[in-house]
Amino acid sequence: MNILVCISHVPDTTSKINFTDGDTKFDKNGVQFVINPNDEFGLTRAMWFKEKQGANVTVVNVGGAETEPTLRKALAIGADAAIRVNTEATDGFSVAKQLAKVVEDGGYNLIIAGRESIDYNGGMVPGMLAGLIGANFVNNCIGLEVDGTSATATREIDGGKETVSTALPLVIGGQKGLVEESDLKIPNMRGIMMARKKPLTIAEPIDAAIGTTSVSFEKPAPKGAVKLVSPENLDELVDLLHNEAKVI
Amino acid sequence: MSVLVYTESEQNKFKKAAFEVASYAKAVAEQLGTTVTAVTINADDTSELGNYGVDKVLKVSNADLNNFNANAYAAILKQAAEAENAQVVIVGSSADSKYLAPLLAIGLNAGYASNVVEAPSSTSPFTVKRSAFTNKAFEISEIKSEIKIIGVSNNAFGLVENSGSAAAEDFSPSIPELGVKVESVDKATDKVTIADAEIVVSAGRGLKGPENWGMIEELADVLGAATACSKPVSDLGWRPHSEHVGQTGKPVASNLYIAIGISGAIQHLAGINASKVKVVVNTDPEAPFFKAADYGVVGDAFEVVPQLIEKLKTFKAQQ
Repeated sequence: MNILVCISHVPDTTSKINFTDGDTKFDKNGVQFVINPNDEFGLTRAMWFKEKQGANVTVVNVGGAETEPTLRKALAIGADAAIRVNTEATDGFSVAKQLAKVVEDGGYNLIIAGRESIDYNGGMVPGMLAGLIGANFVNNCIGLEVDGTSATATREIDGGKETVSTALPLVIGGQKGLVEESDLKIPNMRGIMMARKKPLTIAEPIDAAIGTTSVSFEKPAPKGAVKLVSPENLDELVDLLHNEAKVI
Repeated sequence: MSVLVYTESEQNKFKKAAFEVASYAKAVAEQLGTTVTAVTINADDTSELGNYGVDKVLKVSNADLNNFNANAYAAILKQAAEAENAQVVIVGSSADSKYLAPLLAIGLNAGYASNVVEAPSSTSPFTVKRSAFTNKAFEISEIKSEIKIIGVSNNAFGLVENSGSAAAEDFSPSIPELGVKVESVDKATDKVTIADAEIVVSAGRGLKGPENWGMIEELADVLGAATACSKPVSDLGWRPHSEHVGQTGKPVASNLYIAIGISGAIQHLAGINASKVKVVVNTDPEAPFFKAADYGVVGDAFEVVPQLIEKLKTFKAQQ
């Protein structure tokens, strides 16, 4: 199995979100970047395939040099090699095209990405990549087993889950459930030392048309103060929900 | 030229979200001065779509497609978009719509904007407002491609009634190899799902144990709501993963979100922030959720919830 794990470099989940340049750019000032959580579950599952089934694991990111620490962290967790496609990740459409070229060049047969990045929440790169390379695709994947070229996956659906059978080449839009939170690995010193010697290849981007572009950003309107209702007077709460909020 | 909309059904009946995306499609069609064509897959009665502005229905009936298949459904929509010369394609935000939309985007060489919360602010350039940064911000996004795909966020646009009639015609597109085959489905069919729900009742570690969820389910029943839970609760195995809402769980965009015994970690709040009205019940008045909520009760869930159930039953009986 030749696995490619797509890694998005995103602000930590606790980050304060602000914008600069007249609300046209995300303000990176003071923000710590991490491996996108949905991708990290997939990376950890890939490590399992490496240990149990002898898979080869490469990680890839489309982005500038500032994303390399995130790729090094993935190497420290145990990936064998990293690729950075040297261009700004402007939208999901063009990122998927860059990734399709990486898959074609590297001959990967299992591509694990997160169902969405927690910054732009586009939720499109895994599906677009599958469409471009003509691979099978399972989104919202919460369980994956591979036997030869056959795969069994569990997909979260609205209100439950379903089990599907499919075959490699396969693209996964992964999320929590692929592994549990407690299975996530924190790189140890040995891993960090070894990561320094592992190859991090810089790939030049291809010419890829974009589908969408960010014009500007807005923050939600500030919230008014909470209206407190006494636990002795829940009739008031029912009344407020009915007559004021009009939601019941 | 037309606006194409995928109106989802389940067990041959439309989901509520189908009428919302149809309403949205009508708004876009009015901006563009064109008509709305809906695509249905194994829906029985399509006449109701006319009430939400649909002019024409392309009806696909195929017993092989009773289980959702992203490849096949995307292929159907692609062929429908081509047949109708669609400039804009509208889908929803269900797990299935979000699964097929990127495949459709590649098929149509179209830009795709997901989680869109309003009608386009302009159609030339074509700009939409979408939620991003897990509801901590909105992005104004321009779709640059010739054909545009819009994924409408649940409960964002609402239902807009129209007095029209939708003319249905059978549509028989070619179905590609499925690639992914459903072996088994594990789903409670009698429960409202978080994605479809107008009201979500969610509980956290404050409930102390899985044996105490009876009152949460009862409260949800009274309100016709879906049940949900915080991340620690799903990590502890008290409730299934499919109920976990928050940044790494399911997003919630309900009209009313009731949080019981949930302190309100930033990741949880981000995931539920798109809900319109938020109510919190917590013993700790310092819980961060009180800063995010519209209404709050500082009190013990074990006392407040049973009383609230009784009050709501009385209220419902009077309606």
